[in-house]
Amino acid sequence: MSLKPGEVNLGTSIMAVEFKGGVIIGADSRTTTGSYIANRVTDKLTEVHDTIYCCRSGSAADTQAVADIVHYYLQMYAVQNGAPTVPLAASLFQELCYQNKDNLMAGIIVAGWDKELGGSVWNIPLGGSLHRQPFAIGGSGSTYIYGYCDAQFKDDMSREECIDFVKNSLALAMARDGSSGGVIRMAVITEKGVERIFIPGNELPVHWEG
Amino acid sequence: MTSRLPSQAKGGFNFDNHVRNAAMEGKGAALPKATKTGTTIVGLIYKDGVVLGADTRATAGPIVADKNCEKIHYLAPNMYCCGAGTAADTEMTTSLISSQLELHRLATGRQARIVTAMTLLKQMLFKYQGHIGAALILGGVDISGPQLYTIYPHGSTDKLPYVTMGSGSLNAMSVFESRWTPNMDRESAIELVKDAIEAGIFNDLGSGSNVDVVVLTKDKVDVLRNYARPNERGVKEASYVFRRGTTQVLKTSIRDMVDIKETVESIATSTAMEVDAV
Repeated sequence: MSLKPGEVNLGTSIMAVEFKGGVIIGADSRTTTGSYIANRVTDKLTEVHDTIYCCRSGSAADTQAVADIVHYYLQMYAVQNGAPTVPLAASLFQELCYQNKDNLMAGIIVAGWDKELGGSVWNIPLGGSLHRQPFAIGGSGSTYIYGYCDAQFKDDMSREECIDFVKNSLALAMARDGSSGGVIRMAVITEKGVERIFIPGNELPVHWEG
Repeated sequence: MTSRLPSQAKGGFNFDNHVRNAAMEGKGAALPKATKTGTTIVGLIYKDGVVLGADTRATAGPIVADKNCEKIHYLAPNMYCCGAGTAADTEMTTSLISSQLELHRLATGRQARIVTAMTLLKQMLFKYQGHIGAALILGGVDISGPQLYTIYPHGSTDKLPYVTMGSGSLNAMSVFESRWTPNMDRESAIELVKDAIEAGIFNDLGSGSNVDVVVLTKDKVDVLRNYARPNERGVKEASYVFRRGTTQVLKTSIRDMVDIKETVESIATSTAMEVDAV
């Protein structure tokens, strides 16, 4: 489904990467309505359980609604069965995205840490399919950095290496994609919990600018 | 005895008007246009609360439908909500959610939270997939302090320290972006909100007339209706009534009134038999 007139869009750059002790997720912070920036400090990294997050791209209304429903399901699940796993959360997202594909515009990356798999990254693109990947990128800005990410990604990176990988990839995407920009928000998700990282717009890594 | 009146349905819905309207629309009859509030609404968080602001112009196409309408709606004792978009939709959604919040307060015995109102509003607007044209700024103070949300007609929300919406939002945002700071005091917060709304009133065609302000703090709400009236109608310096004789008289024709007289004569009819008839 295409964006309805006046609908709020997350023309976005998002990514999630597995590393040694867990996952690192990251996103730009721009939300647009047409050519106007409705929010320049948006948080597109949304918590759905203690150590399970999603990165949202597409329609802001649709992705918020889906994330709110999954957040509710996982809360109810945790009361009865204890902490849910990341693939369970990803399955819930996939079910909602696939069954309602005709009415939704939502590209979601689910990532987090659980006892069974450690860190894992799950990509749910527009049609509602589900893919486990060592790293995933999404949103309109991601098209500019497929080559860069393929060249730079390594298995079992250290925490610092991985942060730099996410930071540089997103900065490159935000520099080329008009619908992405603002600040970089990241989250390091490990067994110990979640650490949020914030990079202001004037401290983004600078690459070639001509 | 059987009635001669047409039989009447005892319950259920009647779709006669729907069929009629569809037929009329098919023949090219234009649908009536809803009143939109081309609007400037704003909100900001300051040191110990929230300030909401709105202009007071309501428009129907190019016509100013109301020069002093109210766009800051009551939701709960600790919450108010500015509305932009379709006037009827903002009015009905805020009053519906206000009722739900009152029942919620009665059921829980607690003050309602701002997130509760925000969730109720976003879930309702998302359900209607943007057909309810309500763009809202929700502000209030609860157990976790002052907070401010924007809610779009499709059901997406943002949580920010200063926000603007409506057709004048760009004008108002330019004022906020250059002058807003964290932890402002009450006086300068109200002044900034006033200036942001006035930026909309003066520079946006859809906004106009007066500035309404609501200040919400932990234990007090001030509704400052018409806080500023920058468009007061001045007293005219001269009389612009045309003097007698401005229009030249070319011809005069006076006619007598035609009198119509009506007389009624009664014709006596005797029921007595004519005796002396030949």
